[in-house]
Amino acid sequence: MRSNKIVPYIFLLPAALIIIVGLFIPLWNSIILSFYDWSFGQAWSDKEFLGFENFVRLWNDEESWRSVRITFVFGFWVVLLEMLIGLGLALLLEKPLVGSTFFRTIFVMPLMIAPIVVGLIWRYLLDARNGVVNYYLENIGEAVPFLQNLGFVRHSWLSDPNLAMFSIVISDVWQWTPFIFMIILAGLQGLPSDVIEASFIDGANWWQMTMQVKLPMMTSIILIALLMRIIDVFRALEVIYILTNGGPGGNTRVLSLHMFQTAFQARDFGYAAMLALLLSVILIILSVILMLFNNPLKEDS
Amino acid sequence: MSNIAYSKPKRKIPWADVGRYVVLVVLAVVTLLPILIMVATSFKLQVDILSKDMNWIFKPTWSNYDKILNDSKFLIYMSSSLVIAISATLLTLITGAMAAFALARMKFPGRKIIAQSTLIIRMIPPAVLAVTVVGFWITWGLGDAIPGFRVRFPVGRAEFFDGSQLGLIIFYTALNLPFTIWLLFGFLQQVPRELEEAAIVDGANAFQTFFQVIFPIMSSGFAVSAIFTFRIAWNEFILAFMLSNRFTKTLPVYASEFISDEGVVWGQMMGVGTLIVIPPLILTFFAAKQIIGGMTAGAVKG
Repeated sequence: MRSNKIVPYIFLLPAALIIIVGLFIPLWNSIILSFYDWSFGQAWSDKEFLGFENFVRLWNDEESWRSVRITFVFGFWVVLLEMLIGLGLALLLEKPLVGSTFFRTIFVMPLMIAPIVVGLIWRYLLDARNGVVNYYLENIGEAVPFLQNLGFVRHSWLSDPNLAMFSIVISDVWQWTPFIFMIILAGLQGLPSDVIEASFIDGANWWQMTMQVKLPMMTSIILIALLMRIIDVFRALEVIYILTNGGPGGNTRVLSLHMFQTAFQARDFGYAAMLALLLSVILIILSVILMLFNNPLKEDS
Repeated sequence: MSNIAYSKPKRKIPWADVGRYVVLVVLAVVTLLPILIMVATSFKLQVDILSKDMNWIFKPTWSNYDKILNDSKFLIYMSSSLVIAISATLLTLITGAMAAFALARMKFPGRKIIAQSTLIIRMIPPAVLAVTVVGFWITWGLGDAIPGFRVRFPVGRAEFFDGSQLGLIIFYTALNLPFTIWLLFGFLQQVPRELEEAAIVDGANAFQTFFQVIFPIMSSGFAVSAIFTFRIAWNEFILAFMLSNRFTKTLPVYASEFISDEGVVWGQMMGVGTLIVIPPLILTFFAAKQIIGGMTAGAVKG
């Protein structure tokens, strides 16, 4: 477009200002703050310079590395389950069926609901005293006493150290599996039909076609879905906050929750900023990897 | 097509399809059941919720909603949520469309750097912002009010919108802009350049072209972006929890307050939850296809 040299910048200015104020300055502040000791209620100017002390503390802080490990465990299970179930269902339901619009609408719902509400719903379902899950487990167990040995009794889903992680994984799988399912379904339905037909004529059966033709063509889509989920695992906070608040005994305290609690419960903002920085670095690295696979602002391909 | 393997002579029952429908129905039930239980519980009396039996058949009661809606706080928080979510959505659309237009249609030094830096920080979660923002938030007194940014709303005695709302609007806009710019950039690439070129030949400048030619034909792109921005702004909890004051709380913050160790009021909690999910679910009914398109655009179009 033939235009004045300043014009592009004028168009960019409002968005740039908001992004600078809302994203860059806070991030910059977390870098600054991570060199200081500052707690709630203290005047901003009274913050104490610590140099790299927060960094050294992070390096040696067993509690923080434990939260990183917990994030990995949580991430491993949710990503594995969501990818397997999502991929399996997409392959099974690939063929367009009458009424798929109706089902699609249902599957989008968990993704549109506020995380806080997802937390409240599962908090109720898994509640030890009044929860629906325990009610049915107990009733089935009483009806068929043999099953009681297999776990059909009441459980403290959210406060039992062995079950709390399982509970937050289940709620996440419920909310996010449809996302994987729909991404992969869209990918499958967008595969060029001539290749599929050719391999069919060559005598490939369903299994061969899936493993040797479709999945290889889907590699980048599957990788992108995987990366998006890994990124979201590091961002996850609200549902866990409502369900277990990191408990019992810090068993479900993922990194983002650890950061949140360091800031707003321990009121140790300098160190929380250090953790925020760690989280940001992880997310920025993951975003760059994601961008290598698919750069949405690339010129039309 | 992949389904050739399953096509059999016409008169037989297509068992493969029947099987698919069974799987679909089971999935739909698993997806819907938790939401339905929330809605059902919101129509139950506390006695029924706490009783030993799971009353699937019960006499629905409005009492939870009566209590929620008669509490003046709810209306204040709902208006606060609406003011914040709608303002953030409008601001995101206007500024995002302008930026996308510049990035998609103009060549200028720094274009690549600007585009990539927005993409790199697009995954920063609200909680990271909350940690660092609270410091200068309190120091600058933003939590109370910026003089001159007070508008009176006829709800309760709250004054809208004050500093904390303005702050949340800016943060939600900033959090949504990278994705919105990217989405609208994609839409713009599908808009033929001929229209703009014709406008320029007619003597229109860049601004006239943008607002009179591009803006009107972007409506489908705007609809999708608006849904995504509204969803984030309406649902967000952490920043709102930290930054809002007692007049500017949003509904997710209000809902979280029902969690307590001693005796949760399940009925009202589920009622507030139900009220929070209504707007996003209405959007889902109208635009499920576009929402999926937006969610999968990053992965599928490539």
